[in-house]
Amino acid sequence: MWAIGLAAAASRTSNPLLLLLVVAVAGYVVTTRRTDAPWSRSYGAFVRIGLAVLAVRVLFAILLGSPVPGSHLLFTLPQLPLPSWAQGVRVGGRVTLEAVLFATYDGLRLATLLICVGAANALASPARLLRVLPAALYEVGVAAVVATSFAPNLVADVQRLRAARRLRGRADRGLRSVLSVGLPVLESALERSVALAAAMDTRGFGRTAPVPRSVARTTAALTLGGLLGICAAVYGLLTAGSGGWVLPVLLLGLGAAGGGLLLGSRRTVRTRYRPDPWARAEWLVAGSGLAVAAATIWLSGRDPAAFAPSVVPPTAPALPLAAAAAVLLGLLPAFAAPSPTPARKSDQS
Amino acid sequence: MITFEQVSVHYTDAAEPALTGVDLTVPEGELCLLVGPSGAGKSTLLGTVSGLVPHFTGGVLHGRVTVAGRDTRTHRPRELADVVGTVGQDPRAHFVTDTVEDELAYGMESLGLAPEVMRRRVEETLDLLGLAELRDRALGTLSGGQQQRVAIGSVLTVHPKVLVLDEPTSALDPGAAEEVLAVLQRLVHDLGTTVLMAEHRLERVVQYADQVLLLPGGGQPPVLGDPAEVLAHAPVFPPVVGLGRVAGWSPLPLTVRDARRRAAPLRARLAGLRPAPTTPPPAATAAPIAETARLTVRRGPVPALRGVDLVLRPGEVTALMGRNGAGKSTLLGALAGLHTPAAGTVRVGALTPHKARPKELIRQVALVPQDPRDLLYGESVAAECTAADQDAGATAGTCRALVERLLPGIADHTHPRDLSEGQRLSLALAVVLTARPALLLLDEPTRGLDYAAKARLVEILGGLAADAHAILLATHDVELAAELAHRTVVLADGEIVADGPSADVVLGSPAFAPQVAKVLQPEPWLTVRQVAAALAASGSAP
Repeated sequence: MWAIGLAAAASRTSNPLLLLLVVAVAGYVVTTRRTDAPWSRSYGAFVRIGLAVLAVRVLFAILLGSPVPGSHLLFTLPQLPLPSWAQGVRVGGRVTLEAVLFATYDGLRLATLLICVGAANALASPARLLRVLPAALYEVGVAAVVATSFAPNLVADVQRLRAARRLRGRADRGLRSVLSVGLPVLESALERSVALAAAMDTRGFGRTAPVPRSVARTTAALTLGGLLGICAAVYGLLTAGSGGWVLPVLLLGLGAAGGGLLLGSRRTVRTRYRPDPWARAEWLVAGSGLAVAAATIWLSGRDPAAFAPSVVPPTAPALPLAAAAAVLLGLLPAFAAPSPTPARKSDQS
Repeated sequence: MITFEQVSVHYTDAAEPALTGVDLTVPEGELCLLVGPSGAGKSTLLGTVSGLVPHFTGGVLHGRVTVAGRDTRTHRPRELADVVGTVGQDPRAHFVTDTVEDELAYGMESLGLAPEVMRRRVEETLDLLGLAELRDRALGTLSGGQQQRVAIGSVLTVHPKVLVLDEPTSALDPGAAEEVLAVLQRLVHDLGTTVLMAEHRLERVVQYADQVLLLPGGGQPPVLGDPAEVLAHAPVFPPVVGLGRVAGWSPLPLTVRDARRRAAPLRARLAGLRPAPTTPPPAATAAPIAETARLTVRRGPVPALRGVDLVLRPGEVTALMGRNGAGKSTLLGALAGLHTPAAGTVRVGALTPHKARPKELIRQVALVPQDPRDLLYGESVAAECTAADQDAGATAGTCRALVERLLPGIADHTHPRDLSEGQRLSLALAVVLTARPALLLLDEPTRGLDYAAKARLVEILGGLAADAHAILLATHDVELAAELAHRTVVLADGEIVADGPSADVVLGSPAFAPQVAKVLQPEPWLTVRQVAAALAASGSAP
């Protein structure tokens, strides 16, 4: 929740100073509140992916040019003559400061979003996320969790089989060796999923209480419709040019999905072992994220110039104080959330 | 508690039914041991109890299986989940969640028990299985024995009336296996749980069994009865029973303790005799094939091997023992060039394994990993052999000839996946032997093998050792080591703690001593074969 708030805030601005501030906040909270569980290590990977995205974005802007007009010429690359059907695509040519700046801001925004997702990943195990899901969505959640545990197993399989290739006296490096283990890896992955499915079945997964067919259909329709509505509304909220339709659609979607979930939970018989308490700390953590999002969105409406520093002509971006204060609200979890040392930690992401 | 009425199972693409004519009852509160050679239908029989056969696996089930009064034809596995708990060979395939406590609660959540009940039962189970210390640990960080205990605990929390276990100790070292079996024993005594368990390593489990259910395979009907009576005529039996048969004891002893009490006359008869060495001991002066010096290997942050000095000579079979995670596989891997040493040196022939090119390395050293399937990716036995000949640069047909020797009468077009565990191991052996390596490494070769397949493996490896191959096998199977190895090396925490002739090493340690040695202590007898041969030679065999 907290991470989503930060991410939403980040997507509304392209001011590099604000974005860097968001990254710093996320990084600080992660380092103070993460555990040493396997999933916590994913944060580093996300940061690296974020940096790679930034680099690729800038590189493409330099190589392929950009539609942003600019007058501050940095340097000129030799331009590749292209056939007439590739009109509009330009390889090489003039590189302007404006284009590079624009690309950098844009890339930085994407990278920040990724880092926020990484922070969420590092702070909460996927299985604990599953526990806060409503009962009707449980099966979807299980599928997602099984999928996340699938990836590390796949990597282990590839390593094992490449080692086996070496034992047969074949090269164990290079692209071909990776490709040739593809089929055995898929085979063992399939076997593992079948074994897991059998284990889950014998342990009572999927026991349902009988419900009338019409109720089941209404549930499905309400849930799907509601989720679609929410998705549409969230998209509207995140793209800058949103009209007045966003709020009603969002409310409608939330209502429908909520109704669907309520109906759906009548079908399941499962209960929760030691559900995570939703107490003051959780409210604070989730609230701080939401506050950041709300404050930035509100401020960006009032002061668009500060949030999207002009690149044509290039100016040094100023740090809007109010917005910076809002982002700093995101630091709250670092103090509000209980420290992870007594094993069960309660960050909500 | 469990009744089978004229049960037979036929899988759709199989010529023969997997199981026929099962008609018996397992009473409540008994520990019933399911024994029989590979392919006799043990896993299928267990599957019919949990409902996985036929609901999950397909196939046709004739007759009727009822568990606690519920017919498995009309109840799906999930509807039997509150009366039957199932644990398989690999606990990792069983885990749904990621921490110990969640895993214990998972089954109860699925059944919809009240949170207070769940809380209480989780605490009880943690205590019962001695898992309280581990409650918050991630499942991936536990040892094999701990994982298997969590897997058993996770089905116990729903208080099943029946527990179905398919080779629960096959992947465990002797100590961890004892741990798991002690827990089962306690369940039967304290909670009255009915346990139905399949196991190949009878020497570990038979003393706990109230009844033995023998599936002889080959279309013969199953036999259920008192362990001593059933094992007297069974094709599979533990060494202590074998010793009893040789000595002509009746009724047969099932435990080392029983046998020891009756062994005094036998010990007297053997007093003047000495066990004949199975193969002539290798010359200690021969040039070593492989050598490690102060070898240290890191797996992640922890050193898996610390300062290991080991010399392997031609014609010598060495058993590598030690608990799960002691570094056995890592040592084999380092000799086969899979791990780069952090310090010290490894040398195989004239090569440094981790730097050598795979094509040259396979002429010096061959490793059969824990799961021989990793080595096999051909579509058929013939394709596998052709590929092996090419990899090794051997003349066409070399591998096929080896397969014929190790695995007579196997058809060319058989898919490696359709072979039994023992046949697959032989095929993998043939594949790696095609390059004529001087050093052969085997990782847990007897996992999942029945006694017949094991005897065959002993014969094959004995032949290879006589051909001046050096063989190093990592194993938990003390009986195999006693039967085959000239020398035993014990690893603990990445260090060699014992290294010497097998007889000396295993007799000195109760955990690694084979049953015959325990019965005939302090005389240096290790296997039934030695005793039988000595008795026959002295002419005093009954």
